[in-house]
Amino acid sequence: MLENTPKEITKRSALVVNPAKTCQPIGAMYAALGIHGCLPHSHGSQGCCSFHRMHLTRHFRDPIVASTSSFTEGACVFGGKSNLKKGLETVFEIYNPDVVAVNTTCLSETIGDDLTEIIRDTKIPEGKHVIYANTPSYYGSHVNGFSNMTKAIVSHLVNDEKIIENGKLAIIPGYVEPSDMSEVKRILKLIGIPFIMFPDTSEVVNTPNTGKYEMYPDGGVTVDEIKDLGNCEATVAMGKFASEAAAFELEKKSDVEAHTIKVPLGIKATDDMIMKFLELTGKSIPKELETERGQLVDIMVDIHNHYHGKKVAIFGDPDIVIAMTEFAISLGLIPTSILTGTPGNAFEKQINEMLEQAGIEDAKVKASGDLMDLHQWIKNEPVDMLIGNTYGKYIARAENIPLVRLGFPILDRVGHSYFPSVGYKGAMRIIEKISTAFLDKYDMECAEEDFELVM
Amino acid sequence: MKKSVEAYTLEDRKKHIVVKEKNKEQGIKCDQHSISGAVSQRACVYCGARVVLNPITDAVHIIHGPIGCSSYTWDIRGSLSSDSEMYRNSFSTDLQERDIIFGGEKKLAGAIDEIVESMSPQTIFVYSTCVVGVIGDDLDAVCKQAEKKYNIRVIPVKSSGFAGSKKDGYQAACNAIISLMDDKEYKIDIKDHRTLNYLGDFNLAGEVWILNNYFKEIGVNMITGVTGDSTIEKLKKAQNASFNIVQCAGSSIYLAKMMEERFKIPYEQVSFFGIQDTANSLLNVARLTGDKKIIRDTEVFIKQKKADIASILQKYKEKCAGKKVAIYVGGGFKAISLIKQFNELGMTTVMVGTQTGRQEEYDTIKELAEEGTVILDDTNPTELQKFIKEKGADLLVGGVKERPLAYKLGIAFIDHNHERKLPLLGFEGAVNFAKEVDLTVNSPVWNLVREG
Repeated sequence: MLENTPKEITKRSALVVNPAKTCQPIGAMYAALGIHGCLPHSHGSQGCCSFHRMHLTRHFRDPIVASTSSFTEGACVFGGKSNLKKGLETVFEIYNPDVVAVNTTCLSETIGDDLTEIIRDTKIPEGKHVIYANTPSYYGSHVNGFSNMTKAIVSHLVNDEKIIENGKLAIIPGYVEPSDMSEVKRILKLIGIPFIMFPDTSEVVNTPNTGKYEMYPDGGVTVDEIKDLGNCEATVAMGKFASEAAAFELEKKSDVEAHTIKVPLGIKATDDMIMKFLELTGKSIPKELETERGQLVDIMVDIHNHYHGKKVAIFGDPDIVIAMTEFAISLGLIPTSILTGTPGNAFEKQINEMLEQAGIEDAKVKASGDLMDLHQWIKNEPVDMLIGNTYGKYIARAENIPLVRLGFPILDRVGHSYFPSVGYKGAMRIIEKISTAFLDKYDMECAEEDFELVM
Repeated sequence: MKKSVEAYTLEDRKKHIVVKEKNKEQGIKCDQHSISGAVSQRACVYCGARVVLNPITDAVHIIHGPIGCSSYTWDIRGSLSSDSEMYRNSFSTDLQERDIIFGGEKKLAGAIDEIVESMSPQTIFVYSTCVVGVIGDDLDAVCKQAEKKYNIRVIPVKSSGFAGSKKDGYQAACNAIISLMDDKEYKIDIKDHRTLNYLGDFNLAGEVWILNNYFKEIGVNMITGVTGDSTIEKLKKAQNASFNIVQCAGSSIYLAKMMEERFKIPYEQVSFFGIQDTANSLLNVARLTGDKKIIRDTEVFIKQKKADIASILQKYKEKCAGKKVAIYVGGGFKAISLIKQFNELGMTTVMVGTQTGRQEEYDTIKELAEEGTVILDDTNPTELQKFIKEKGADLLVGGVKERPLAYKLGIAFIDHNHERKLPLLGFEGAVNFAKEVDLTVNSPVWNLVREG
């Protein structure tokens, strides 16, 4: 499919070819699903909602439900107020959620609907909640959408007054898989730290099969828990791009100290996360985690020769790519092309610092890039492996390099929503994938005399 | 059964649901906008335009708007190409805040410049999205200017998402196609009575190719599928056909009508899903040529094909007969085809719904349906779950969003939409269809699903 990609790079400033991002509302929808009993609502045309649900459904292979204001031409002329008011009435009447999380779209933003005013003017049933985030598709990416809705959870639902210290940590896991959220929770429990995680999509978008369809599955952070967030001791926000804004909001609102760390993907980022936990709580590291870390180091040592010195391209969402780049360096891989579609100077700055520290020169690093950029870089500076989401498969096939799937979306494989990529266990899983991808390719392509049983 | 519909809470929805009763006038409310707040399974104008035009393989499709509309439709259709793969790329102007404020025309013109420079396309489709419709970019002007500048075709597609329904998107696509076809250079003086175009097939899993093989066997010449595996050149030659046949009417009947008006090409609606429909439609095609030899050859061909697959189909029929089916698809015509096809396999349809079916299609569905069958228009997961459970369906036929719902309910599923991997068209398709039904309905995994 990519036979048209020219090797020669010409400057593009208007045209995006094969994007490495998508729009804000889908991220907002995903974050909203991390609230228990929440129905996301898309304030825009029917298509937006349909596309977001389709995309999330393909990624998680679970039913993803959201309602829409179903804009028509009339709404565009007269504003979407009546659509949203009627929409919210309908939603509470038929679907009876605890919370409706409204996200805007490029359309409703452009016609200038004032959500604060509209929602203030809407009768919301007793005990129910409506939160909302401005998520214009013409700004940022799906990661910003996630960040904005996560922030909105704090702005709209957290109690203003600090009532009583609850002794808990507020944990913002970032734009990661439900499996990753479960893994962070497992680690917190192992250390013995009480916490409130938000958003928490585990057991919402990776539900067990029971022969029944639950519109509101068991998982998700409850409204009561969210209200209590202001009483937490500190917030640990994982990933600057997806989580920091909400942590700052909680600090501003309820004086809960914000701590931003990387998404705990890879050995160093997991160490950092655990150190942060210990620092904030005064707890000590449990034996189980020490063992897990030791096993991770053991597997790294056992098969370091499989990947040491190989060149790798990494792309996807900034928080994931930053952590993955750090991990790749610690494995001895050489990241030479690193790209995100999400805008933000912090990305390039942080990656360049890491590369400099590792003594890696001449790597290409770009925020607001697209996959044509990445492909052209690879054509000019070949790599041995590509790490990123499903959309990398076109480049992988064109250049005959293995693709290790990581990030969002993954539309063609299973596992991501059940097995974590974060924590020591997650790091082991990533190593397994990297090593297997290299060796599988070698096994299929090597000369007969090089084909070996033991590797 | 009747009681359960009555018990359903939302008044507005009741008129969209009918339970078939014999000898009773029963109208269904359809062809309406979804109510605000509904969890509708429907899409938008842009989506409609995109799915119809995207299979044109050697065209560049530029989405003028913020990135999402482009991302979500990047290579999703599963339309196959025998030549160029250009259409599988995603091109967008990725509009930013400043473009919304100052207008996106300059950026669009720039994007066209950049794509011409790097990929030298002969034809570009430019799709407008919601926001473009609101900020009022003059797509026509930008496209016209680019056509002049580069001496290529740059065709605007008016597909702002809010400006109607998916059907309006189909029309926008048809308008774009007809403007492309209308090229005097490609017109020939004397038409061959054996040539046709095949409209409303998008070559999912190579279905146009199957049909093209049949046509070769019976001596009919297909100029192009529209738009499955079509190229710009083939579409320009389409005006030389003696007649058109239309598979997916919802998306393409409008084009057929325009082609009739503009090029004097008559059209006929066909269906190549299921053995009986395939046979009837092939015969219909043969008759449309008015060629006695072709009619005779077609009769022989059909007989042969039926004989070829009879035993294997019988094998599947034995395994699938008696199972109950729920159908929820985009258009009414496909639903009708499916009911017949399940009948051929000895299976009963207990629920039928469509996103955008028309009144006359619902009438046909009602005629075909067994007593007690639930018929739904523009439904949602809650209703789907309710009726699937109540009617005890073993299998759901639907699209992307319905798959995990069926699985959660512990019933089998078939994608008769973009995600189909095996061609389901024609005689081979009938076998594949039976095979897919068997593969899913008779999988051992259902035994593990705990009853809810």
